[in-house]
Amino acid sequence: MASLYVNVVIQGLLTGLIYGLMALGLSVIFGVVRVVNFAHGEFAVVAMYAAFILFSRLGLDPLVTMLPIAAGFFVIGYILQATLIQRFVGRPETQQFILLVGVAIIIVNVLLMQFGPDAQPVNLSYGFDSFLIGPVIVDKSRIYAAVAAVAVATVLFAFFRHTRTGTAIRACADNLTGAGVVGLDVKKLYALTFGIGLACVGAAGALMVTIADAAPSLGPAYTLLAFIIVIIGGLGSMTGALVGGVLIGVSEALAGFILVPAMKSMFSFALLILVLVLRPQGLMGRRT
Amino acid sequence: MKAILDDMPVRGRILAAIVLLALAAAPFVANRYLLSVLTLILYLAYVGQAWNLVMGFCGQLSLGHALYIGLGGYVAALFWLEFGVGPWIGVFAAMAVAMAFGAVIAWLGFRFGIEGVYFSLLTIAFAEFTRIGFDNMAFTGGAGGLFIPYEEKRLGEWWNLRGGQWMYYYIALLLAAGAVTLTAWLARSRLGYQWVAIREDETAARALGIDAFAVKMKAMLISSAMTAVGGVFYAFYYNTLFPSQMFDMGRSIEIIMAPIVGGLGTVFGPVVGAFVLTPMGELLIAATERLGFNAPGTKAVFYGAMLIVIIMLRPAGLWPWLARMLGVWERKP
Amino acid sequence: MSSCIRSGVSRRHLLAGAAAIALSAPAIVRAQTPTLKIAHIAPRSGYLAAPGQACHRGALIAPKVLADYGYRVELMHVDSETNVDVARTQAERVISEGASVIVGAFESAATLAVAQVCEQRKVPLVVSLGSAPQITEQGYQFLVRNFQTNPQLLANGLRAIKDLMAATGVEFKKAVYLHANDTFGTGQRQAMDKTFPTAGMPFTLAESIAYDPKAQDLTVEVTKIRAINPDLVLIITRAPDAIKLVRDMVRQRFEPKAIISPGSPGLYDEEFYQALGPLADYHMVNIPWVNPKAPMTQALEAAFKTAHPNNRFAADCFNVGFTYEAILIAADAFKRAGASDGAALMAALKTTDIADHVIIGGPIRFDDKGQNNNIASAVMQNRNRVPTVVLPKEAAVMAPVLPMPPWQGRT
Repeated sequence: MASLYVNVVIQGLLTGLIYGLMALGLSVIFGVVRVVNFAHGEFAVVAMYAAFILFSRLGLDPLVTMLPIAAGFFVIGYILQATLIQRFVGRPETQQFILLVGVAIIIVNVLLMQFGPDAQPVNLSYGFDSFLIGPVIVDKSRIYAAVAAVAVATVLFAFFRHTRTGTAIRACADNLTGAGVVGLDVKKLYALTFGIGLACVGAAGALMVTIADAAPSLGPAYTLLAFIIVIIGGLGSMTGALVGGVLIGVSEALAGFILVPAMKSMFSFALLILVLVLRPQGLMGRRT
Repeated sequence: MKAILDDMPVRGRILAAIVLLALAAAPFVANRYLLSVLTLILYLAYVGQAWNLVMGFCGQLSLGHALYIGLGGYVAALFWLEFGVGPWIGVFAAMAVAMAFGAVIAWLGFRFGIEGVYFSLLTIAFAEFTRIGFDNMAFTGGAGGLFIPYEEKRLGEWWNLRGGQWMYYYIALLLAAGAVTLTAWLARSRLGYQWVAIREDETAARALGIDAFAVKMKAMLISSAMTAVGGVFYAFYYNTLFPSQMFDMGRSIEIIMAPIVGGLGTVFGPVVGAFVLTPMGELLIAATERLGFNAPGTKAVFYGAMLIVIIMLRPAGLWPWLARMLGVWERKP
Repeated sequence: MSSCIRSGVSRRHLLAGAAAIALSAPAIVRAQTPTLKIAHIAPRSGYLAAPGQACHRGALIAPKVLADYGYRVELMHVDSETNVDVARTQAERVISEGASVIVGAFESAATLAVAQVCEQRKVPLVVSLGSAPQITEQGYQFLVRNFQTNPQLLANGLRAIKDLMAATGVEFKKAVYLHANDTFGTGQRQAMDKTFPTAGMPFTLAESIAYDPKAQDLTVEVTKIRAINPDLVLIITRAPDAIKLVRDMVRQRFEPKAIISPGSPGLYDEEFYQALGPLADYHMVNIPWVNPKAPMTQALEAAFKTAHPNNRFAADCFNVGFTYEAILIAADAFKRAGASDGAALMAALKTTDIADHVIIGGPIRFDDKGQNNNIASAVMQNRNRVPTVVLPKEAAVMAPVLPMPPWQGRT
């Protein structure tokens, strides 16, 4: 029986890391640009479809195409921020909300028109395989995807820590006026940030399609999930997003295993309420 | 009523009178389809107005108003089904329960200083938590749904909210007109000014001696109670209640679209928004059908695009601009 | 061709039809339309778009197939967007635009919203798919349903398992029941809780597990089942969940003797076959199904192949069959009533008696509440990625295979 618990925890942990990467994108965007991306999950679904097309047409593994997809999403994000979203920076959240809900509706329905409503699978050669470590069974694709997610996150940490641009972006997040005073091109940095945020989503989407099938209607659930993870982990905290992802992944898995599976997301929402009340800056966030 | 009139120039009063008369006469001229669309519009204007109080005037971004729709609907339906108590009485219980939930959320939010997007997430969390709870609650039928018998022989019993399309239309009209009047009165009341003061600058408002917690709490209580009334209407209009339908996040989003598009913090914004968005959806269905765009989803793509266009061109909402154009400018409170 | 449908209408019913015509004579003078306007409502976008679009494909071919049988119908197509508000207002719209009958609406919530409109406007609603028992318990006068209720689906599903054990000699000892916690799944759960204790099944029901239909993966659910280790897994799902479920069973190397759905979609949808390939084979579904041996089914299949070359009839035929049959029922009532006004059509609908149709079962007839109780359930097994009827014998194309072969080594 104990081995089953270990199993459940490991599954939750791996899934949580992948969702954590998706949430990381949201955290970066909100932490710096202060735009609430209500179309976040929908972008992740677009990435899932991109990975699906590259796999079904060219036979490329999403673990590989993750990189070009992330690059493509960076460009999309940069352009989107520079043209559309920049006008809404600093505006009331309600206006950003309508804008991005509009974007989300368009994404969902263009996907529906283009690919139909059926779930689209990426059937990898190792998609049904699993590792047997003693009594514990873990599927290969989940392990690979989780490792890739951690790798992408590490690259991102390094970028923000050790590069000039990364430091400049962090400066924008910490003190916008100050950043402007010292001559940073805030608009350009915002576009870069939104690009990086979407690149995260792009990579995460490509990884997600290895553990779940792409379908147009998934978007809103992913958006909500990303928000929960980010708030629990701490908005703007990069490690927080991963920690939040793991926490949600593991707690939902355990709740589903021990109690009623249909009620497992109740625990995420309860956790969210607790964190908001007791530690509003999130588990890993700094108090501002 | 006086409050609303004082704010309006003569042209505005004439226009309001015409619109109200037209709406009152609508069932005599409009066909059933139009009437059902109008009912939906007025319902959305009503719940939009309820949300407008807490967000538009008091500046607290609740994204979980479906919670009060669901609670209102379920409580009134249960009173009717379990005790045979009609919705005109059940609605008070519905309001009480919704206010209790609203009070808890507001207390947590305002006592612990949860603001902005964080507050939105708090409201979403409560709404979703309750939705899943109802999904798994056996005595309300769980996800399988709760059903109010249709009972044709009782259709004339307006005192039990049993009736045809006309009855629901006029109730929706009364609700919407009542909500507008209440909002206009509140907007000019002491409380209304305190709300706006908090919305604009809470620190300054506190410095002026405004009890921010109490004032915000009042906004939540009034708004949640009003929304619950909308939920009662919705439950008895459809006669079926499913948690996935009543408490859904999509419903919360639907509620807040009209006020934002129409103009937040204005008395007529939610009404204008509802009168723009719902017909826009219906027109897009008709247009895509006529033009031969049969692919499902086409209508929604245009709808999404229209939302983006509207919010880019009129970020403060349609009503303030429309009011200026028509010369019925509404004084901003 | 037309003879096989005429044979299904008995003399008695011809007389009844004539009586209905006589009663509604003024209506005939008013409306001499030879064509019946039918509106088909289904969720072609939103959450239930996949099955909704399959229904739509059935509605698209119905007029042509029915024309060969001497019926003339004109269809209006409505997308309910998986949204009751839309379903309701659009029902009002099509009736205002001249629809004489409404067929739909796939999900119970939308069906009940439309039923209310139909009742008030005295336009008949032929429920094509929609299983909530309440649909026929509300006392609606302008409604008939050609679909099984949740209790019927489940009871027939369990009975079919008994038949299956008798036919194959395989015994099950312990079962787990896993169902989606949505409207349909909860309806099936309530039916199970009521039916199972008295059904006299030779196996025990170790646990009933509800899962969140919005859940992104079902890993934990599978681990939970694995811990109970049943030899029979009963599931109520929709296609995306069924895919996740089987995939995780394979990954976790859990192999029950059989995976059977006592009356739900999921295991026979095209996306299920596409996602799982050979691993989609040997699962079983006990639901009403089209009779592959009926001439009308063959006509329907031929029309489907011409109209929808990119879709497989085998994977769509459940939704297509029921949608088509509802339209057939409306057309048949119109033919007998000779009028398109609601009262005359409804009177004719009440006396429906169609022997030759596409779904397995007796003649289509409606009881006082408007429910057709003659729909039978077949046992279908996925063979070579084709849902294949394996029971009852008279409709079976292949013999059932039990227990199912192991996951490993399938091609």
